Amino acid sequence: MAEYIIKNGFVVDPTQGINCEKMDVAVKDGKIVNASDVKGAKVIDASGKLVMAGAVDVHSHCAGPKVNVGRNLRPEEKLNCYDPAKGVKRMEAGFSVPTAISSGYIFAKMGYGFAMEAAMPPLYARHTHEEMRDTPIIDEAALPVFGNNWFVMEYLKNNEVENTASYISWLLKMTKGYGIKCVNPGGSEAWGWGMNCLTIDDPVPFFDVTPKQIITGLIEANEYLRLPHSMHVHSNSLGEPGNYQITIDSLKCAEGIKADNDFGREQVLHHTHLQFHSYGGESYGSKNFESKSKEVMNYFNSTENLTFDIGQVTLDETTTMTADGPFEYHLSHMNNLKWVNKDVELETCAGVVPFIYNPNSFIGVAQWAIGLELALQCKDMTKCYLTSDAPNAGPLRRYPRVIKWLMSLKARDEILDACKYGESVRRQCYIGEFDRELTLYELAQMNREGAARMLGLSNMFGSLKPGMEGDVVVYPLNPESDLDDGEKIEHAFGNAEYFIKKGELIINDSEIISNGSKRTFWVNAGKELTPQVERDVSERFKKYYTVTRNNYEVKEHHYVPNEYMIEVNAA
Amino acid sequence: MTKLITDVVCPFCGTLCDDLEVVVSDDGKELLEVNNACAIGAEKFLHSQAKDRLTRPRMRNEDGSWREVSYDEAAEFTAQMLAKSKKPLMYGWSSTNCESQVVGSHVAELVGGQLDNTATVCHGSTLIAVQDVGVPSCTLGEIKNRADMVVFWGCNPAHAHPRHMSRYSLFPRGFFTAKGHRGRSVVVVDPRPTDSANLADIHLQVEQGRDYELLSALRVAFRNEQLPDVVAGVPKETIYEVAEKMKNARFGCIFFGMGVTHSLSKNHNIDIAIQVTRDLNEFTKWSIMPMRGHYNVTGAGEVWGWQFGFPFCVDLSRGFARYNPGESSSNDLLMREEVDSVFVLGSDPGAHFPFSSVKKMNALPCVVVDPHITPSTVVADLHVPVAFVGVEVGGCAYRMDSVPIETHKVVDAPEGMLTDEEFLKLVLGRIKEIKGV
Amino acid sequence: MAEKIELNLISGRTIMQGVTMEGGKEKPAYRDACGIIELNPEDLKKLGIWHGTNVRVASQYGWVIVKAIKATQGPHPGLGWIPMGPWANRVIDPNTYSMGMPTFKGVPVTVEPAPEEKVLDSLAVLEEML
Repeated sequence: MAEYIIKNGFVVDPTQGINCEKMDVAVKDGKIVNASDVKGAKVIDASGKLVMAGAVDVHSHCAGPKVNVGRNLRPEEKLNCYDPAKGVKRMEAGFSVPTAISSGYIFAKMGYGFAMEAAMPPLYARHTHEEMRDTPIIDEAALPVFGNNWFVMEYLKNNEVENTASYISWLLKMTKGYGIKCVNPGGSEAWGWGMNCLTIDDPVPFFDVTPKQIITGLIEANEYLRLPHSMHVHSNSLGEPGNYQITIDSLKCAEGIKADNDFGREQVLHHTHLQFHSYGGESYGSKNFESKSKEVMNYFNSTENLTFDIGQVTLDETTTMTADGPFEYHLSHMNNLKWVNKDVELETCAGVVPFIYNPNSFIGVAQWAIGLELALQCKDMTKCYLTSDAPNAGPLRRYPRVIKWLMSLKARDEILDACKYGESVRRQCYIGEFDRELTLYELAQMNREGAARMLGLSNMFGSLKPGMEGDVVVYPLNPESDLDDGEKIEHAFGNAEYFIKKGELIINDSEIISNGSKRTFWVNAGKELTPQVERDVSERFKKYYTVTRNNYEVKEHHYVPNEYMIEVNAA
Repeated sequence: MTKLITDVVCPFCGTLCDDLEVVVSDDGKELLEVNNACAIGAEKFLHSQAKDRLTRPRMRNEDGSWREVSYDEAAEFTAQMLAKSKKPLMYGWSSTNCESQVVGSHVAELVGGQLDNTATVCHGSTLIAVQDVGVPSCTLGEIKNRADMVVFWGCNPAHAHPRHMSRYSLFPRGFFTAKGHRGRSVVVVDPRPTDSANLADIHLQVEQGRDYELLSALRVAFRNEQLPDVVAGVPKETIYEVAEKMKNARFGCIFFGMGVTHSLSKNHNIDIAIQVTRDLNEFTKWSIMPMRGHYNVTGAGEVWGWQFGFPFCVDLSRGFARYNPGESSSNDLLMREEVDSVFVLGSDPGAHFPFSSVKKMNALPCVVVDPHITPSTVVADLHVPVAFVGVEVGGCAYRMDSVPIETHKVVDAPEGMLTDEEFLKLVLGRIKEIKGV
Repeated sequence: MAEKIELNLISGRTIMQGVTMEGGKEKPAYRDACGIIELNPEDLKKLGIWHGTNVRVASQYGWVIVKAIKATQGPHPGLGWIPMGPWANRVIDPNTYSMGMPTFKGVPVTVEPAPEEKVLDSLAVLEEML
């Protein structure tokens, strides 16, 4: 394998306290090494440029059945957004729902080495893995959904943490999944009858368990299993005005629970796309709708065991897709656009609806403001991660624009000033009170150090310490002269000049020159099935599922050709 | 001695039954018995054992007769044909596994092909309608476990998806449906009193081609508005009755097929059927699901979705993916003579395209990859038989509700035969050499 | 007793079409399953033929010889049914009306007795017209 030495760049690495120091970074045999350990390495001149470890995306919808629904649903998305094949780079298409192939390239150009597919319906796991297999370059993993699972709900109703954990361990193996995702707990099962659970105390029809029991139980099961990642929740009433209290109630389920694992993870609950869950008021009107980011962050900042990602609205025409089926139904009624729904037996559901966040509307810019407010009020940036719940709040390719807004007050003011309702947004939201501009160091804490740690991957990603995976990116950005230019910031973070992934040069001189050799990560929690769970699984496949138990499992060699299995040794 | 293999997946139709049991000889070379399959699935497995099966590629001679060639020669001919074409049609893809579809995508991208699958003569109307209005749907297990009403509109599962009603839609006792078919009401909409209609509580004998009006009338009836005395041959009292039943169901599903996708107004029929389902969700819970024909046409649509962004009629001729059914659809391309060669894999357009299209195929260089001798091979210059997916080689297939199930190998293919995937990889390798990539 | 009648033609799947297709389309069983038209008893009467007589089915797009049999899933007044396959596809409407799908169901046809004609197998029924 080739050796590389990236010379003379401005390195930012919070894991080593390095903040824009000129230094060399070396890569050998797929890993970061001391600069002194390479001889005859190929030289990459990073003078005047920014050097960071490959970034880590903690939550995006980039692979799987509902993503593909979004692609096939929207031929119009490819009319103006496509790129022909060039050399080894294959053709690309799709603006907010890029093809799997294009997603790999978009991540690479933004300097991302790892992405977490946010929600995998277990019955469809094979599909998610086929797409991840075909997504070039980046390492990926996927989170199976558990919050509306019939087995989980029955066990948690009876407080059977051991059975819950046993089932989860089994399901992670069947689906080659990474951790525990919980979407609209209880509500998506209620949606099987056209109903929903709006607060954490609303019982699920028939199963008679509450979202609170589901959230708490899944957190406990996660710690029982000592998984690398924590429970990852999308709480009830997403997008509803006034939902912030439900969000805080959901976060409170984590109180008193300590993280138990050997991976360096500190949180027990990660709340995703917190922006959608921080609303006040009773309607979306400009005299009524309010930001409650302060209330949410006051609680968040007082805790030790939580993390969140923003879910930043990017003010684009995009495509919403989530396992919160009832939410998607209501969204399609609001905007009268095409609506896809898919209920999945015994497990979950999904919905897909196109959506336009209008930069000249009150509500679009208010949602935009709330996402930024959450980040700007966060005290410890290693607990807050940059996402757009891609593509729900905005397309994946917009991450650089979000970075620009976080780093430039001027860029934020431009959005507010260009909006007819800018003053209303300033009045109803807190955005006007913050002049904080994130530094490069804080940015790296968000999407390198903190993101890797939160996923239990801090021994591999998010850092340039020798021994780490050889994921290094050089951005065309000079920290000494370019940081007051928002356009330069946005351009640089979307167009890596050099990107090395796992020690292989992927982007050279801003061109993609390799499709890399991606790996799919999954977690083997190693728990045997308890007798109860064995009986239940056996019975339910015979009676209620429409596939046999033997055909349910995703077999590695077919679908996960470059598997990276993480084994958990329970305490 | 024999071996029993269970949980075998049937590679015939979109029902994708995965509970078949196959008895094979101890050495794994002979398939002896198939259990649990419908008559069609059983025939597929058993016919793979036919002694007169073609096991090597054959090339057309000047005088129309055939001569045997090697797989390498076949790959060479195919690669040359595709590489030299300006706009090759690469059609079929529905009776093969996703692994082959992925390799085929790569081939098509390199040669600027027109990629199309059997949806173009089946549920293409549905794919287009979904792009206009979306689709509220579910997995088949939701029907089994929750549905107390089903409607079969323009489809005849008794003949086309024989085990559908017993596995999913009518007879099963599920979690919330312990009464089985006694707890389900069934409506069949069909211009003929079909064998499926004989199982129904209500048969609406709609006038052929006038489904759109009847669907529209249901939407009127949901809103308790006025209807003419008779719509599409169905009296208004019956329409109101069916509308009420649908509104009062706890969980219903409309299954539909070629009766509405093939007849005028095609995609608009599906569009309004989906709107009917959307309307019903105001009152209760309904889904709608297309009865997909081939066992992996859904898979072809999924693979091309994640590779290119479109489920069928994919035009790669300009170096980036374009989509315009009516322009980039196989039959239109053939009729307007806009393709200069034809590559067929995993389907039989010779039998299932209008004859005028087949006549156009006859005038073009044509390669057919198919285990069988078919009408397509009549117009082929090269016929490449391959192993049967789901019998002699495994690989992923997607059911009509898009659930991916891996098919299995239960018996060896005849000595020396290649699979679709292996043959396509040979072709891909040669094309890369020819094009210097 | 009319010699020629007009019908609306539809095509589609049957179990025997599926089984014989999987058994090999080049075989006679496939022809016997699909080279047929199912007609209402009154239409057989109007044509003056017995169940099992060959007929010539013609549309503005083509013609084909198939065997007339009594409707197995009828009655369906005004309709004729030919299972999907190369016989039906000789006469159905190939027009897609700009959306890609040929019109396999709903084409006006005439049907007249052709007792001396043969129903060809699936390969010959193409070769005849190529």
